[in-house]
Amino acid sequence: MTALLALEDVSRRFGGLNAVDHVSFSVEKGEILGLIGPNGAGKTTLINMITGVHPPTGGRVQFDGRDISKLRPHQIARLGLARTFQIVQPFPKMTVLENAAAGALFAGGAGGLDEAHAIAREHLTFTGLADMADKPAAALTLAKRKRLELAKSLAMKPRLLMLDEVNAGLNPTEISEALGLIRKIADQGVTIIVIEHLMKVVLSISHRVVVLHHGQLIAQGEPREVLSDKSVIEAYLGAKYAAANPRGAP
Amino acid sequence: MKNWITLIVVAAMLATLPLVGNNYLLRLASILCMYAVLAQSWNFIGGLAGYPSFATAAFFGLGAYTSAILQNQGLPMMLAWGTAGLTTLLFAAALGGAILHLRGHYFAIASLIVAEMLREIVNTTPNLTGGGMGLNLPIMRISVEAQARYFFYAMLSLAFLCTATAIVVYRSKLGFGLRCIQQNEDAASILGVNAYSYKTAAFSLSAVFVGIAGAIYASWVNYIEPPDVFDILLAVKPLVMVLLGGLGTIFGPAIGALILLMFEEFVWRNFLTVHAAALGLIIVVLVLFLPNGLLSLLRERFARLRGAR
Amino acid sequence: MIYLQIATNGLVLGGLYACIAVGFSLVWGVLNVINILHGTFIVLGSYIAYFAYVYAGIHPFVSIVIAGAILYALGHVIQAGIINRVIAAPVLITLTLTFGLDLVLNNAMLVAFTADYRSINLANPLGSLEIGPVFVPGDRIAAMALALLLTVLLYRLLRDSTIGRAIVAVRMDRDAAALMGVDVKNINAVTFGIGALMAGAAGALLSIIFPISPLNGTTFLGKAFVVCVLGGLGSVPGAMIGGIVLGIVESFGSYWFGPEHAVTISFGLLLVLLFARPSGLLGKRGYE
Repeated sequence: MTALLALEDVSRRFGGLNAVDHVSFSVEKGEILGLIGPNGAGKTTLINMITGVHPPTGGRVQFDGRDISKLRPHQIARLGLARTFQIVQPFPKMTVLENAAAGALFAGGAGGLDEAHAIAREHLTFTGLADMADKPAAALTLAKRKRLELAKSLAMKPRLLMLDEVNAGLNPTEISEALGLIRKIADQGVTIIVIEHLMKVVLSISHRVVVLHHGQLIAQGEPREVLSDKSVIEAYLGAKYAAANPRGAP
Repeated sequence: MKNWITLIVVAAMLATLPLVGNNYLLRLASILCMYAVLAQSWNFIGGLAGYPSFATAAFFGLGAYTSAILQNQGLPMMLAWGTAGLTTLLFAAALGGAILHLRGHYFAIASLIVAEMLREIVNTTPNLTGGGMGLNLPIMRISVEAQARYFFYAMLSLAFLCTATAIVVYRSKLGFGLRCIQQNEDAASILGVNAYSYKTAAFSLSAVFVGIAGAIYASWVNYIEPPDVFDILLAVKPLVMVLLGGLGTIFGPAIGALILLMFEEFVWRNFLTVHAAALGLIIVVLVLFLPNGLLSLLRERFARLRGAR
Repeated sequence: MIYLQIATNGLVLGGLYACIAVGFSLVWGVLNVINILHGTFIVLGSYIAYFAYVYAGIHPFVSIVIAGAILYALGHVIQAGIINRVIAAPVLITLTLTFGLDLVLNNAMLVAFTADYRSINLANPLGSLEIGPVFVPGDRIAAMALALLLTVLLYRLLRDSTIGRAIVAVRMDRDAAALMGVDVKNINAVTFGIGALMAGAAGALLSIIFPISPLNGTTFLGKAFVVCVLGGLGSVPGAMIGGIVLGIVESFGSYWFGPEHAVTISFGLLLVLLFARPSGLLGKRGYE
């Protein structure tokens, strides 16, 4: 098979709470997969499991045919799994360039600091941050910090890139710029998982969508299919739309 | 390059001190170098990695006792110093494995407790360590002046070595990774930084030179006892010096060491009974008013002067 | 039957340890400040009880109130005037600050009271209690009972009073509490004051059991820390359980390995515990 990432019956419990409950799905090479679900559905927990931050308490995570469920975050990063954070996590006192260089040096296989800086510059240019390279990361606006997250992740030479709510808090222009970047990254052959709760964004960009609700996978398939799925309408749109549209989805 | 030149020039100037200075000045300079070693070492774990370690006293005492015991068993002095450094290094690596997964306060207190534990162990094993009675070291059969010079050069060499290591580390992948850890450890490991090994490396670096300094100190003063070499102030002073000179900088620790030493001499001469309180007061003032170090104040003044011109 | 006696000794000791630790735990949990001053506060409480007894004949059990009041005032002033200024700073800063303050206070006490060990010899001791084969001095039992009473009082205060609810609110979410109209800075000062009050009261109780000297501050601080880690942070029942566990461990440890190893045993226990909980005792990791 060509699955790059496969989750096999993974679960994660925190105390008595099942944050993620027996979830299985896979991501094909070159695909853009949308991962959606209402707030608290377990999306970020799922990403934390894949990246080794909170290892699964049950089931397996396979990356390119290898079981990574028990690896530590830095080992997983070096295999080519990169993520951006819902709440951006730059190194505030380091420069924008250094931030991006960190990705290249520790996971992207750069041979030394100089090479890491060179790689970082490329990705800053790609994400439109080149002229900010020497500013401290803390000085960037939110939209630019999100792009820096992207540059850091790209500098890691990822094979799979997970974008956690990269569009939250951005205005429509910034969102469409961000979507443009994501498409360009995908064109370079990077497999992408987009985590969102903004339906519109996901539907416009994803080849396929996976829906989580209360930690369980309730639907997967092409965006249009998923959107007309009854359980998705109830679970995901229910809260928002059910009152206004008692007959179902708009 | 600039750092190397500064280091070599300062070390060379200090090295000429025995030509002009008396024994009192040499003693002060030896303490200065020792303090610089303690502060620079702490900077690896506290300044670079951002882990507030209070283990310096433990490393110092461990080095002192290791060397003293070995010399009393007949090992030559230099070899005993080296072994003390190695022992401290291994001890820190093992200890780091146990406590470096703790964060914040937990790490700070765990590291503080290590010195107390070692002190208790020494107190309760009088056959090996002399217990509370302390331990004498072999006396060197050379003149007092020669001894003063000898130990001054020993401390100076150690300070040189330690600072040189800092210069190398700061520009290395290790130093870069440690700065990432200091700013955001979780984000660092997601970027592929092996936080655990990096922190352990920083902790070991913060130990090895301190262990050797403790060993040299023991030979220098000829007699050690637990309250002296496991003194809690040995764990606090490095931090104060680094705060004085500036966190995470290369020459900050040495400058902080100089300031603290001058202050201590002043207080010891004039207000002996309240010297601990005086140190406490500096800490309070420092924390409240100069969180970025005394140097930052000078730098700001300087910038303002230039701006006004 | 010796084990029963050892267990009882441990229990008595444990009740006192709980009282030593509970104020420390409160300050740590609510303010996220490690109060290095705590040990010195306890010693100061002991001195207050000592002088009240020697010069005014006031029984140390009564001095709990005096020591508590004085220490509360001192704690309140220190937090409001000094620590509040850097309360949001990283761990290193607040820890260093309380360390500096401790050097000042401890040194002042050394100058004022000297390092000599003093002790209170009660004119009318309570005699001793014998239950079957177990034998306990009455004053110790009374001290333990008072220690537990104080701890329970603190617990009720936090649960039932308005100020207590405000303290708990600040502990759970500082920003949310501020939005709801809680004066966070004032609550900080009150909390620190209560922490000091508990230290002072514990010191007054301990004055009839342990010799008094400024040099003991560190030992008390160490015990408070061990109890917090054993029992969990910032919770009164946690401090109670942690105190009793430590008391019993020390009691049996002294019996098996000799009393001189008691400190090593409790610190060793602590290091093992810290090591055995790989996620750290904070138990909080993640990005959400």
